[in-house]
Amino acid sequence: MLPETVSGNSDAEAIDQQFPQAIVDVKVEPDGPVLYIAPSEIVAVCRLLKQSCGFERLSAVTGVDWWPRAPRFEVVYFLHSLSRNARLRLVVRLGEHESIESVTSVWRGANWYEREVFDLFGITFRNHSNLERIMMPADWEGHPLRKDYPVHGHKYSYGDE
Amino acid sequence: MQVPEKMMEGKAHVASLDAEHELEVEDPSGVPPLERPTSRRMTLNMGPQHPSTHGVLRVLLELDGETILNARPEIGYLHTGIEKECEVKKYQQVIPLTDRVDYLANLNNNLCYSLAVEKLLALEIPPKAQWMRVMLCELTRLASHLIWLATHALDIGAMTVYFYCFREREEILKVFEMFSGQRMMTSYIRIGGLALEPPRGWHKAVSQLVERLARGIDEYEALLTNNPIWLNRTKGIGMLPVDLMIELGVTGPMLRAAGIQRDARKHFPHSSYDKFEFEIPTRTANDVYARFEVRMEEMRQSVRIVRQALEGMPEGPWRADAQHVLLPDREQMKTQMEALIYHFKLVTEGFRVPEGSVYQVTESPRGELAYYVVSDGTANPHRVFMRTPSFGNLQALGAMLEGVLIADSIAVMGSMDFVLGDVDR
Repeated sequence: MLPETVSGNSDAEAIDQQFPQAIVDVKVEPDGPVLYIAPSEIVAVCRLLKQSCGFERLSAVTGVDWWPRAPRFEVVYFLHSLSRNARLRLVVRLGEHESIESVTSVWRGANWYEREVFDLFGITFRNHSNLERIMMPADWEGHPLRKDYPVHGHKYSYGDE
Repeated sequence: MQVPEKMMEGKAHVASLDAEHELEVEDPSGVPPLERPTSRRMTLNMGPQHPSTHGVLRVLLELDGETILNARPEIGYLHTGIEKECEVKKYQQVIPLTDRVDYLANLNNNLCYSLAVEKLLALEIPPKAQWMRVMLCELTRLASHLIWLATHALDIGAMTVYFYCFREREEILKVFEMFSGQRMMTSYIRIGGLALEPPRGWHKAVSQLVERLARGIDEYEALLTNNPIWLNRTKGIGMLPVDLMIELGVTGPMLRAAGIQRDARKHFPHSSYDKFEFEIPTRTANDVYARFEVRMEEMRQSVRIVRQALEGMPEGPWRADAQHVLLPDREQMKTQMEALIYHFKLVTEGFRVPEGSVYQVTESPRGELAYYVVSDGTANPHRVFMRTPSFGNLQALGAMLEGVLIADSIAVMGSMDFVLGDVDR
């Protein structure tokens, strides 16, 4: 059952009709509603939104680390519909050692964004064609955007040189 | 979504280029180029210090003769961890960092971040500040497009244009210096309004500048638009089917040159952009020349917006009335105890932003620029994510270079107008 705050939202209703278990939580932020999706349903939900709700574009994918809170990570998907001139934000909450299915099968453009999240947060995307580091060197240790990673790095701080 | 049929021919064009290539004809086995023995192919490492990549970008090219079979951009050489650094700064201290993301469109980055935080704070910005922001962002767009035109033309061999463009860009930077005291890293747009009161004589300086820019644009067009060498080098290359472009995350002038009329200034209006009259230029050819035409027309539209801003600039305060966010006037600080306390508190502790998150979309000269700011209720942002246009655009480079001659790859890269600081952050 959808919460009242998004009862008029056609996208949320479309998801709820097709996948009743997919929306686990809803928040209303200053720029619109945010749908929290169950990790197992994300690819199916994205495919539905692309095919029947007109979201041709994935604007970006990013992560947020809420350490030491649990579940630790959020993976955020910013969807954009050119034909409807609408935007939608999906969030998936993930525990520290959990992985998530890649959405590159839905939007090819997710490729680099997911690599970036993998590189900087250490979140693994299953079935990604080329899940390698993109910003940091290939032999880098640690994931810089995690909250327990020091701002000046573990290894290469100025004090060591 | 309706996709013009003409656009769908892009891939066919790439295939036909490949088929016509003499090496392809010579090969009796009929094995597709990518599956042929590696001795026929050569891997060329372009960059990270190649002058035509406009920054430290490395592209691994797999060549068959002079035809690119496969191109793989490698990024990250300019990764400075700006997003990480934002998390340990106070909200107002992030502004100078946003300057350094896309250093050719710094004010657009200032604006996008400020708008996101203002949305979280539910701050109302007075009309004069909004109009000033629009005017300065359009001047930044002009400066950024001038750099693009200068370097793009220089790559293809038109050196005069380079000097002309830098001459006019310098005038724009002088105006920025007049406003903020800085030529490039201005940090002039702040949360709640502007950094300083607009200087005396700004109106005259900007009016003279736009007149000069309008004349300048005619000069560049006279040099390039019908120039046969320019036409030969730019027409019919760098095409990609439009639905693939959308899926790969391409935005901005590149998408508009493919016939998609989308511009965040019109479709997600902010900062009074809806009060200005301007058009979104589009082309359908989807090649390097079409991108040139779109950006030239955008420059004219920017001049139009700046003229409107000069004519209709509203009177009133240049920043919001919000003591808890903005530093008090110098005058008040010396006469009022309360103002002094606010000043001390803001400088030492910063201001708290209510919990929540905002994805603020704006149109930078390169395309869709968005800031995702997450607040946990403290004075430091919990997370700042920058959805930069160059990152999304560059993702299409590999597909765009397939089947292109190596000499043309320079023109294609120039037409993408990426800034590596914007890609790597």
